[in-house]
Amino acid sequence: LQSTSYRHIASAQSSMQKHHTIWKKNRQNMSSEKQETAAVRVLGRWPSPFVIRVLIVLGLKGVDHELVEEAVGNKSELLLASNPVHKMIPVLLHHGRPISESLIIVQYVDEAWASHAPALLPSDPYARAAERFWAHYVDDKFPTAIRVLRGRLDGDKDEAAAQVCAALQRLEVAFVECGQGKDYFGGDNVGYLDIALGSHLGWVRAVERIAEIRLLDAAKVPKLAAWADRFCAHPAVADAMPDVDRFVEFSLKNDGALKAASANSK
Amino acid sequence: PWKAMHDPATQIWTSFIAHEQKRDQHQSSKQHGGPTMAEKGVKVFGMWASPMAIRVEWALRLKGVGYEYVDEDLASKSDALLRHNPVTKKVPVLVHDGKPIAESTIIVEYIDEAWKDGYPIMPADPYDRAQARFWARFADDKCNAAIFPVFTATGEAQREVVREAQRCLKTLEKALEGKKFFGGDAVGYLDVVVGWYAYWLPIIEEVSGADVVTDEELPLMKAWFGRFLAVDVVKETLPPRDKLLALNKARREQLSA
Repeated sequence: LQSTSYRHIASAQSSMQKHHTIWKKNRQNMSSEKQETAAVRVLGRWPSPFVIRVLIVLGLKGVDHELVEEAVGNKSELLLASNPVHKMIPVLLHHGRPISESLIIVQYVDEAWASHAPALLPSDPYARAAERFWAHYVDDKFPTAIRVLRGRLDGDKDEAAAQVCAALQRLEVAFVECGQGKDYFGGDNVGYLDIALGSHLGWVRAVERIAEIRLLDAAKVPKLAAWADRFCAHPAVADAMPDVDRFVEFSLKNDGALKAASANSK
Repeated sequence: PWKAMHDPATQIWTSFIAHEQKRDQHQSSKQHGGPTMAEKGVKVFGMWASPMAIRVEWALRLKGVGYEYVDEDLASKSDALLRHNPVTKKVPVLVHDGKPIAESTIIVEYIDEAWKDGYPIMPADPYDRAQARFWARFADDKCNAAIFPVFTATGEAQREVVREAQRCLKTLEKALEGKKFFGGDAVGYLDVVVGWYAYWLPIIEEVSGADVVTDEELPLMKAWFGRFLAVDVVKETLPPRDKLLALNKARREQLSA
């Protein structure tokens, strides 16, 4: 696992170089912010969809950051000090100040780097409330069901699969309402709800293979199936969320042991 | 069997409706089908004893926004409620000019944004906003789950759950340090979200015979209870204490049976 994390940091750094060029325009907008390498740090670990959310939003906003990789089943002093309440990843450290809870971090980044396009939440209050509602719904329906399907948590796999499918049906409708027929829940650009749901896609696709089931069925949820491909191909997402093979590999190596341990990420 | 869900407090405090509540019911607008006309104005679908619903009222009143309150019978939900919130079917739901919003904390942020020139509910600074949201989440996910067992436990078991509830509230209390309210000098988002403790916890304590929020264990919280209950918009909206006490006594008996 050590070499895996090294490779990820290395690849994250090289893609950040690429993004440095692409988001150069955003750099010019940063007036007082210094180019310290440690100004923005993320405490986390790649297979966590919650950590992936944070990496996606930082990539979208063109924010240089350092990923401090937390070892599986071994919480660092920095993590325990930064999130003493929950002791969970991800934690964002901005000039040393910690922010926890992935969706709260995503909103924080959106607000703290409001001068960097794109805005992740729409400007209309009702549309914002709708995206927040569905993001909350996603986290209610997906994480536990996916853990069961991965074999990381005891439970009825058929029931878990049914729950995910039912949720996707609802989200298929929400996709049209929120995105108004455009490419993303956020319309023309990746937004808050895209990130909230999209960050689960790595594991959704992995458990389709691991549990030999179909969840994101193009016949049942055609718009979401197309959106999923589009989302995963977006440069900021591709950098943050590795290929499904890596997820499957991780699951085969770790999920038996993780079920025994109490390691949770939010 | 009880299991933790989002909006657990609504589920806990309002899912078992005693006969007395049905008798006192004064349903205002149960819709009976037919074409819906373009609705203007603000409606709150709630339940008089629901701490989640009262958050919405506090937020609206802080903004000085008038609204119609629809008191739901949760054992027999109105067609309107089910139409406005088919996903979770829960109260509260805010309907603004015909458009529904569900989930109390999401509704409170919506109210702050929709009436952005009124009283500021959310803090202005992004870091402070993140902290307020963090504590609101902590309260709803952890504190509420720790408080519920106090309601039903007895004897030695109760002492254990009281300690756990106090541990949770002590963690939350840190967000009060050096301040009059969670929001600073005036009430803000976090006060609106956890303010129900100030009124409901003493009732839970009375009904279950437990002491949770004491001067010794939670001095800051206890002091904040007093300040919060003195706020005008809070005073105006609290349900009658004897009614709430009676409902919770009856519910406790049902749950213990």
